[in-house]
Amino acid sequence: MSDFLQGLLTALPRLLQEGLQATLISFVGGAVVMVVVAVLLGLAEHQGPAWLRGIARFVVEFFRGTSLVVQLFFLFYVIPTLTGVDLGSTWTAILALGLNYGAYGAEVVRGSLNAVPRGQWETATALSMPWFTQMRRVIWPQAWALMLPGFNNLMVMLVKGTAVVSLVLMADLTFEADQLRRRVGTWPAFIAALLIYYVIALLVSLVMRWMERRAQRRLGLGDFEIRKARQEADQVMAGAAAGDAEPVAAGKEGET
Amino acid sequence: MWDNELFLQTLPVLVKAFVQITLVVTVAGAALAAALGLVWAIALRELPALLGRPLGFVLDFIRMTPLPVHLLVVYHGFTQLSGMTVGIIVFGVHYSTYMSESYRAGIDSIRKGQWEAAKALSLPASRTWRAVILPQAVRNTLPSLGNWAIAMFKDTPFLIFISVPEMVTAAREFGGRHFSYIEAMTVAGLLFLVASYPTAVLMRKLEKKLAY
Amino acid sequence: MPTDQTTPPTADGGTPRIRFEDVRKKFGRTTVLQDLNFSVDRGERVTLIGPSGSGKTTILRLLMTLESLTGGYIWVDGDPLTHDRRNGKRVELRNKEVAKVRKRIGMVFQQFNLFPNMTVVQNIVEAPVHVLGQSQEEANENALSLLDRVGLRHRADAHPTELSGGQQQRVAIARALAMDPEILLLDEVTSALDPELVGDVLRVLEDVAASTDITMLIVTHEMQFAKDVSQRVMMFDGGKILEEAPPEQLFSDPQHERTQKFLEAVV
Repeated sequence: MSDFLQGLLTALPRLLQEGLQATLISFVGGAVVMVVVAVLLGLAEHQGPAWLRGIARFVVEFFRGTSLVVQLFFLFYVIPTLTGVDLGSTWTAILALGLNYGAYGAEVVRGSLNAVPRGQWETATALSMPWFTQMRRVIWPQAWALMLPGFNNLMVMLVKGTAVVSLVLMADLTFEADQLRRRVGTWPAFIAALLIYYVIALLVSLVMRWMERRAQRRLGLGDFEIRKARQEADQVMAGAAAGDAEPVAAGKEGET
Repeated sequence: MWDNELFLQTLPVLVKAFVQITLVVTVAGAALAAALGLVWAIALRELPALLGRPLGFVLDFIRMTPLPVHLLVVYHGFTQLSGMTVGIIVFGVHYSTYMSESYRAGIDSIRKGQWEAAKALSLPASRTWRAVILPQAVRNTLPSLGNWAIAMFKDTPFLIFISVPEMVTAAREFGGRHFSYIEAMTVAGLLFLVASYPTAVLMRKLEKKLAY
Repeated sequence: MPTDQTTPPTADGGTPRIRFEDVRKKFGRTTVLQDLNFSVDRGERVTLIGPSGSGKTTILRLLMTLESLTGGYIWVDGDPLTHDRRNGKRVELRNKEVAKVRKRIGMVFQQFNLFPNMTVVQNIVEAPVHVLGQSQEEANENALSLLDRVGLRHRADAHPTELSGGQQQRVAIARALAMDPEILLLDEVTSALDPELVGDVLRVLEDVAASTDITMLIVTHEMQFAKDVSQRVMMFDGGKILEEAPPEQLFSDPQHERTQKFLEAVV
């Protein structure tokens, strides 16, 4: 047991020095790309004209339906020979992570936009707001609060997802732990890595929770809406065709 | 760029890896996950806090840490196990932590009156679970379990970390050998899409059908 | 906006504020409005009554451009709202053109629809600042005096969720008025309220009616309110105007059996 502790104490500082940086770069870069992709695709799916909606839908299903590792290898092995552009390990990793999780995020964005009551759109129209103002001032702040639980789950998934970046030769925590395995033993090396991943995921989740509470307090959202958003959030990663009711353009049918 | 001959060559190689490894690990892993998940869900509800709390922490820890590392640690920690076995166990255990959440939601969705009615009839706990709670809970949970199984399916390429020659590993190897990755990677991606998309649509239908 | 359509003048010789010309509206295969024609004068208050499904709410929603016309024209002060007649052809207007006329119209909804991400005063200030381009101070001042008018100045910084339904609806009225509309559409504004809260909202509206010359189209089941505020009541059934008359007349001496039955059921 003391051997184990000894090994753990050797491994932890080594990993913090060697692997942590690559993991964090992949996570932060991936998170930024993920949010951008999610917002663009989600908006296109919900608000775009039919043709754009179709394209966005296809892109989302494509990235969710093919595996993350396949996408990573495609960017790493195929894109350079196909286009002559070599992205390098870091950008390959960031793009693959961002696109893959962003496609899941698009569903979060779309679902949240869908969940904003139609009356909000109608009132904004009745106040003569142009589309962009409606979106920016009325709809988005409400949808945002509903998105955060979903993004919270995705961020944790993304932290875990970064473990694949060693496949494209980034020296991340997983890679370094595998290297340390021979020196300090299998269990100490990997347990140390797992502990670090756990702490990162926990911190990320804490920050997201804090943002969630802040946004929801601002909206005065009821418990019901929050619980519903959380429940839906738990299903974010599951289901490639989770597509709930087709997006309804504001005011297509109504009481007469 | 695209070589039809290579494409035709890669097809049987990948399909073979797909059937022999990817599918086997997915099906066995999902079955294990579904069984373990149910055990966790019931245990978390029935165990006293002294045992329930640590179990909950362990499940959380597994859920919030990367699967590839789990594969590596079990593979190198238990050298007597084959890669396939490690894969099935690790995928099963990892996804059981998600599925237990699905079960929990399913159990939570059962109205309090059902428990109270069972108690009023003096049904023993085991009978209450088996005859009253689970039949209702599982019905609500089924689509969610299916969706997690699909997610697991798309994670099977992680087996590359422990050198199990599943489909994407095979694709990379094939690409490396022929100095062209596009055919093999495209086929691998399409096989995933072709297998997962219809299943997901099916789950969606199931969900609608099972909804009260 | 020039049109080659000369709108018939009203009794006092001006252009009607609102004119529906051969308006048709279908939802899928269901026809909700069939060749509807009517005008509303400037400053006139008209109440629309009728069984649910008779098309009265649709009329308000068409005016607010929340629904699209299937056929016909709607004119506001002689200007086309969503469709124009150009060289004898029916042309759909572009969003920008629609927006210009729409600014003259305001609406209060059954479900209040306050923006939950803004305080009471922010709700009111939002559109004047971001649509009309008023300065923040000007809009604020105006908002506070409107809140005074609806008796809610002390709740200016509250969140919508902290207010009762009746208070929310009064804020919604202030919000619509802040845009200084020429036409105000009231869509069953008391239907979602608890009975004891209805009175406050109606009092505010009666005050607005008495102190302004805003043209009002009202859909309501409050017959006393209709009587107090409006000069004309139109009874709708099956997407057509069954009869119309000043409220006293229509309520005391309905010409159609349908109207009679409807009134008996509501009162």
